Amino acid sequence: MKILKLIFKNAFRHKLRSFLTILGIAIAVIAFGVLRTVVTAWYVGVEATAANRLVTRQAVSFIFPLPYTYRDKIQQVPGVSQVTFASWFQGVYIDKNQFFARFSCDAETMFDVYPEFLLSKKELETFKREQNSCVVGEDIAKQYKLKIGDVMPIEGDIYPGKWEFVIRGIYRPRDKTTDATQMLFHWNYVNERMKKETPERAGDVGWYIVKIKDPSKSGIISKQIDDLFKNSNAETKTESERAFAQSFLASTSAIITAMNILSFVIIGIILLVLGNTMIMSARERTREYAVMKTIGFSGSHLIGLIMGESLVISIIGGALGLTLTFPLIKGLEQVIPKGFFPVFEIEPITIVLAAIAALSIGVLSSLSPIQRALKMKIVEGFRFVG
Amino acid sequence: MPAIIEVKNISKSYTRDSFAIPVLNDITLDIEEGEFFCLMGPSGSGKTTLLNLIAGIDKPTSGNIFIKDTDITLLNESSLAKWRASNIGFVFQFYNLIPVLTAYENIELPLMLTHLSKAEKKQHVEAALNVVGLTDRMFHYPKQLSGGQEQRVAIARAIVTDPLILVADEPTGDLDKNSAAEILILLDRLNKEFKKTILMVTHDPHAAEKASKIRHLDKGDLI
Ligand SMILES: Nc1ncnc2c1ncn2[C@@H]1O[C@H](COP(=O)(O)OP(=O)(O)OP(=O)(O)O)[C@@H](O)[C@H]1O
Ligand SMILES: [Mg+2]
Repeated sequence: MKILKLIFKNAFRHKLRSFLTILGIAIAVIAFGVLRTVVTAWYVGVEATAANRLVTRQAVSFIFPLPYTYRDKIQQVPGVSQVTFASWFQGVYIDKNQFFARFSCDAETMFDVYPEFLLSKKELETFKREQNSCVVGEDIAKQYKLKIGDVMPIEGDIYPGKWEFVIRGIYRPRDKTTDATQMLFHWNYVNERMKKETPERAGDVGWYIVKIKDPSKSGIISKQIDDLFKNSNAETKTESERAFAQSFLASTSAIITAMNILSFVIIGIILLVLGNTMIMSARERTREYAVMKTIGFSGSHLIGLIMGESLVISIIGGALGLTLTFPLIKGLEQVIPKGFFPVFEIEPITIVLAAIAALSIGVLSSLSPIQRALKMKIVEGFRFVG
Repeated sequence: MPAIIEVKNISKSYTRDSFAIPVLNDITLDIEEGEFFCLMGPSGSGKTTLLNLIAGIDKPTSGNIFIKDTDITLLNESSLAKWRASNIGFVFQFYNLIPVLTAYENIELPLMLTHLSKAEKKQHVEAALNVVGLTDRMFHYPKQLSGGQEQRVAIARAIVTDPLILVADEPTGDLDKNSAAEILILLDRLNKEFKKTILMVTHDPHAAEKASKIRHLDKGDLI
């Protein structure tokens, strides 16, 4: 008989209790995994933004437009290498539940400023040439089974009316973090129609994206841009793309913080659960530990026995939890609207953290029973009535 | 016969609420090799305490205990544990078997501390099972055994390492008459046939009949 056999026998002495504890750990690991995945997906979204891009938007809110005429002025600012712009279009594609980013942009410069959107030269040229064309991300093409030449009808809301865009390009993401769920078309095309239908809205631009030569100058350049439009009726606010992304999702960030904290609170709670199980088990076995000590088992044997038992439970629980986390995350990925997170998958660090958490819970839970077993005098152990 | 156990001027007191409660007063006692020594006395007289001191699971307040020329009162805890593993076999009133282990595994438990090969361990366990006559029950768990059978498993566990001395604290205290008689016959056989020195504590005058020597404790004094 090996000590391992005794450890396993001990761990499953109370089958229901061990089962419930294992289940508890598994659920905690799953919750931890899912929360961490949401949290990292969020930060990945923020971090995917480039450091050498600034976003200039209306100072009050990015829902208010900026004049097209700002473009040339921004271009003049020293340190600026290229300026492009976009407008949020939204609209309804198929039905209201199809959530992915749709906006008009400057076809000439957009793909220069966003090198992470990989588009073949040929496709880019056709896109630039044809006014009613559009480019969609690879994920969108896959999801809706779209190919070059297909027409995407959009029911306008911000820009009312029926719109139709011919797909002339499908871009691939350069990095894992690149959002491949966008739809881009010509700002000019939209603007021409606005000139006819609602001339007062023609010439409006949602925001400018400013590529700069030296990311470390982003502060100064931002200020210079904003100073240009001080005291105009459309003051601007320029910030790095990262800061922009953060402010865009500012309301979500409180929830993310809560999730972040919660993921660790869960680990703490489950520590108490296993700790409690181990303390109960060890108390019930006071006499047995006294017997083992009497026979000649040493402190390190008892440490191995108790910590081993605790680890068996926490490892099984952790492994079960991790095994179930993968399909669960896959399932969630299907449910969460495309493009809500650029990447939604379990990070290796999450797996490592969950595994470390499960192991440390195993170790920590055994400390108090171990200390008690070591301190116990044999004769006291025999006199102990549980 | 030379003395295998020499207890010299042993005193033991417990402190409770900063009061010292004397339990054993200046006990001096020799037990010879091969003896079946029986310690009797009323409840609370200190029998278990003395047995525990001799078996090396408790420390005296003063005095010395020599076992085969080793003064066990001078050993530190880990040396004492090693010493117990190779010198003492324990039998308790309430058997104290590990409930999740089979009879076989319970008997094998002390052998986990030895460097015997798997085959040698098997040999030892089977020999011990044979002595106590439970070969047919070796895969039973303690709760599937009667009290008498449990105690026989406990005795097998105590002798499997072939210790110098067997200590038994009221080994028949929890058994009916017939089972108790069986246990006593077994202990007697271990003493006579296998030449084990036995130190037994008991209330039971019947049990004491098998002993080669009987001493009485009363309120911590040997009489
Ligand atoms: N750990 C302890 N702390 C305090 N007092 C103790 C302790 N162990 C034993 N005693 C006391 O020492 C005295 C002797 O106890 P011991 O167990 O040796 O008696 P005993 O002769 O074996 O009695 P019994 O026949 O009831 O088993 C008792 O008064 C008991 O209360
Ligand atoms: Mg007693």
